[in-house]
Amino acid sequence: MPYTPHTKKDVREMLDVIGLENESDLFSSVPKELQVHGIDLPEGLDEFSTFEKFKTIAAKNVTNKTIFMGGGYYDHVVPSAVDALAGRSEFYTSYTPYQAEASQGTLQVLYEYQSMICEISGMDVSNASMYDGASALAESALMAVRISRKRNKILIDAGINPTYIKVVQTYLSFRDIEFEVIDVKDYQTDRQAVLDKIDDTVAGYLFQNPNFFGTIDDFTAIIEKLHEHKALAVISAYPISLGMLKDPASVGADIFCADGQCLGNYMNFGGPSFGMIATKEKYIRDLPGRIIGRTLDKDENEIFVLTMQAREQHIRRHRATSNICSNQNLVAVRSTIFMSLLGQDGLSEMANLCFSKASYLKEELSKLEGVSVLNKENSFNEFVISTPLESDDLLNQLRDKGFYAGINLANIDSQFKNEILVSVTEKRTKEQMDALVSSIGEVL
Amino acid sequence: MKRYNEEHEWVEVEGNIATVGISTYAVEQLGDLTFFELPEMDAEVSMGESVAFVESVKAASDIYTPISGEICEINESLLDEPEMVNQDAQGTFIFKLKMSNANELDSLMNEDEYKKFVDSL
Repeated sequence: MPYTPHTKKDVREMLDVIGLENESDLFSSVPKELQVHGIDLPEGLDEFSTFEKFKTIAAKNVTNKTIFMGGGYYDHVVPSAVDALAGRSEFYTSYTPYQAEASQGTLQVLYEYQSMICEISGMDVSNASMYDGASALAESALMAVRISRKRNKILIDAGINPTYIKVVQTYLSFRDIEFEVIDVKDYQTDRQAVLDKIDDTVAGYLFQNPNFFGTIDDFTAIIEKLHEHKALAVISAYPISLGMLKDPASVGADIFCADGQCLGNYMNFGGPSFGMIATKEKYIRDLPGRIIGRTLDKDENEIFVLTMQAREQHIRRHRATSNICSNQNLVAVRSTIFMSLLGQDGLSEMANLCFSKASYLKEELSKLEGVSVLNKENSFNEFVISTPLESDDLLNQLRDKGFYAGINLANIDSQFKNEILVSVTEKRTKEQMDALVSSIGEVL
Repeated sequence: MKRYNEEHEWVEVEGNIATVGISTYAVEQLGDLTFFELPEMDAEVSMGESVAFVESVKAASDIYTPISGEICEINESLLDEPEMVNQDAQGTFIFKLKMSNANELDSLMNEDEYKKFVDSL
């Protein structure tokens, strides 16, 4: 059987019907200089040679380093059950669950997913996932503008992951939305500067806690002032930290968003991941993305369906809440399995392990001559260190010693020449941390 | 007497106050209504502007004000009972406004004209 479904005869018949000589006439409206004539591809390979070729490429990956890099993506434990269950074909190969009668399994898992996200965030409603943490934050900003109706100003805290800020700016700059980034002071939100900016023109304030530098902060005063001015508090949070910190709803946030990589997904060179958004019930009609609901069928059986679809673009057209009509089902399914394996106690144990191991490493590093931990007192599992060496130099030497020791903050902002963002997860052992400390000692 | 725009909104005027609703034809097209988003009180709106929103089991649609003015009353009972409009579209208002330009009424259709317009659809 040929892989291409059309025979020459089929093609001829179709061309005759529309009155064209040959297939290339279909592209006649594309200017000549833009048309591609042939692509320079190598000869095809057989299965064995292809496998060998890809093995050689894959062998270039470095997989034997100890990871202390985070900054939004973290090296957490992924229990084997996650791969085993999410790899089942019922999840792995199934299409988007439009047809409720054929998709009860997927729909139920996503419903459970939404329930779990509501539990960890304290919020009332969650959608069935977005693309990633950055797009979820950008969608949350648009949501705040929609809810405020006539306001079009967004305040962005510079403590947010800088790559997220870039995505948000891209989203906002193509709409009539004004935004202002408020600088941090000593790796922490400049509370007074934020308070001074809040007035009746602000639709929402976006912040991250713990912030990009790992600093945990108290946003109560800011959130109170936002609410006095009928503006929304949009928090981007690290889901693992919610096992230990107050949940977003309890601190008064109106919209919670996050990246879900840390919940049962590998680092995978940066993707795929998924984003989450949850909010208060009164804002459900402004929530973007899919929502799964529970209802009864005609025989009174409990079933699950896509719901509130009038927000979405296939019904509400140009006034839809978002132009994202897809989500990250499979990755969200992985996180649902992960969260059910951990349970509430597991999540809180994981958060505590991250925190206490990071505290140990901070303590040990600050004993080294020349090393200072810059946000030692109030950080979660990530913190900034500075050393007398330029970060590139230090990180390269540490890589040769077997460590991805952290993120070079000079790549984020050139003012940080000697600063490195170090991250610790539950996976890091005391031996690994001691080895990192002594290696840094040797290099310095 | 009611007047209509081509978006199937009706308006009925008493003194300076215009009462606005959606036509029976519109409701028949939408099916069972499930949700209304109402305009903001005191908002200044102009003729043809989308000021409210209605959702049904099969569609979602903007509500355009047929006349300019300042919103002075909204029918909050629709938030809990959107089906009131299904039961009596012509007799259930969505919002009222203080007209800013009564001349605009002349550009709207009367009952007969609207009936012909609907028949032509």
